[in-house]
Amino acid sequence: MVTVGGEVNTGMLSARIRKERRNAGASSFLLDVSIEVSSGITILFGPSGAGKSTLLDCVAGLVRPDAGRIEARGDVLFDSSSAINLPAQRRRIAYVFQSLALFPHLTAEENVAYGLSCLQEEERRERVGAILQAFRVETLRKQKPGDISGGEKQRIALARSLVTEPRVLLLDEPLTGLDAELKASIVDDLRAWNAAKRIPILYVTHLRDEVDALGERVIAMENGRVVSAGAPMEVLDAPRRKKLALAAGFENLLSGAVLDLREADGVMRVRLGESACEIEVPLGYAAAGDRVRVAVRAGDILLATERPHGLSARNVIEGQIVSMEQRGTMVIARVDCGVMFTVHVTPGAVRTLELIVGRRVWLVLKTHSCHLVE
Amino acid sequence: MEALWLSLKLAGCVAGILLLIGMPVAYWLAYSNWRGKFLLESVVALPLVLPPTVLGFYALVALGPRGALGKLWMALFGHGLAFTFVGLILASVLYSLPFAVQPLISSFEGVDRKLLDASAVLGAGSLRTFWRVILPLSLPGVVTAAVLSFAHTLGEFGVVLMVGGNLAGVTRTVSIDIYDHVQSLEYGEANRMALALLAISFAVLSVVYAVNRRVWSPWAAK
Repeated sequence: MVTVGGEVNTGMLSARIRKERRNAGASSFLLDVSIEVSSGITILFGPSGAGKSTLLDCVAGLVRPDAGRIEARGDVLFDSSSAINLPAQRRRIAYVFQSLALFPHLTAEENVAYGLSCLQEEERRERVGAILQAFRVETLRKQKPGDISGGEKQRIALARSLVTEPRVLLLDEPLTGLDAELKASIVDDLRAWNAAKRIPILYVTHLRDEVDALGERVIAMENGRVVSAGAPMEVLDAPRRKKLALAAGFENLLSGAVLDLREADGVMRVRLGESACEIEVPLGYAAAGDRVRVAVRAGDILLATERPHGLSARNVIEGQIVSMEQRGTMVIARVDCGVMFTVHVTPGAVRTLELIVGRRVWLVLKTHSCHLVE
Repeated sequence: MEALWLSLKLAGCVAGILLLIGMPVAYWLAYSNWRGKFLLESVVALPLVLPPTVLGFYALVALGPRGALGKLWMALFGHGLAFTFVGLILASVLYSLPFAVQPLISSFEGVDRKLLDASAVLGAGSLRTFWRVILPLSLPGVVTAAVLSFAHTLGEFGVVLMVGGNLAGVTRTVSIDIYDHVQSLEYGEANRMALALLAISFAVLSVVYAVNRRVWSPWAAK
């Protein structure tokens, strides 16, 4: 059982789910997880195909697990041992899909009011008005989704889900495709709304920057299983698995052999690949001669055009730039040091350092920027 | 003109009944996960391939005084169903079934499943989801179903002849009337009726294609 947040209270979602899915051909996928989510935003993070959406579908009641138990705020929604399976429409679990699934034939207001059919006209209008205001889309109330921009559609989808006062909110990559600023402002509104309600929010993403922006707690999934859970720093900065490392933005995943351990310094030396390139990494469970993988973020590597002196960083590696590619406001440089490194630099740095392909450079890596991967 | 009026009345009744029957059938065929679904699909499509005489023959037997339906009707109303307007409606409903059900199925299937999931998650049961989401988004399909079954019934001949016979004002529809006129070499009269049928059929099909191209559709294509 993985407990996130630690406190056990009724504002919690707990799910133990086993679900096998047959895919095309002979392959099948097994989701086998056990999670607990307390109030506030919990990120469900992992590469695509890890089973994140299937997990949400099971919690929402859209997919029936083969076995397990799902409980939200003290109410049992599903329990295979006592044959309880509340249909989706009675679970009061809000779910915002990646596609948002706004009803195209209804106005923003009608979309938001959709889940309130049981209320009196007056109260319904009041609640719809209040939530449209909370998510800053009250001016769009008479418009249909086709005439509304991306970010505002996301706001309306959130409003539609939350106006029903759900027990739990599930978000399946709802902010994909929005720029960082817009994303942050929507998340702020979501947080503001949830400050009063304190419901558990399970937010699925495969994007590292969303984890950093939102992260209170993270559950990392891979291949149908939970691989780790906890604060974002603990979960993502010590990647133990290759896929997760790549998804978490560790662009450099290098294999090497341990040369020696220096227990007193808390470090060990690793020779990368077949090269002469040696780096110092934090001490891990390994012995001299063991094969290990080292993950380094491209953004954690410094790049110098002269051999640097007087640094605290222990790893200075000489190499040559083999390619540079600008992507947005970032330049991705590939540097050949006997093994290939990917380094992120700013366009400004490229100009002032006069970086060009073929130039001799030195890479600087702090020991603790080098993470050992299982 | 009596024949034309009769044909329009028959086609209108049949289209109306078929919408009522077709919707639950199409709903089930579109959304059921039952493995044996293809069997019902085949039954619904049968009138497309069977000669009208075959369908008409079985309908006549079923509706006749010795058929189950005919007997029941006889017990209730004191007369048989064969060669009556009601009998004609029943047979026509069968005959035009695929023309109502197929467009409904494809428009129901065309509704994004995520919208149905969204509706369920927002607390709506399947009936409410149908009325508030599936039906409004399937309107072009509903119009197509109504118009096609109307037009198809309007033009039927074989089934009417088998089940209804040729009773003026009761079962003599336009197509039979035209046949009669041709048989008695009244080409002018036949031409008048044929032209009327041609014009109506053209108008009706234009409506279908206009709606499907969303010319008059109340919401813009995405």
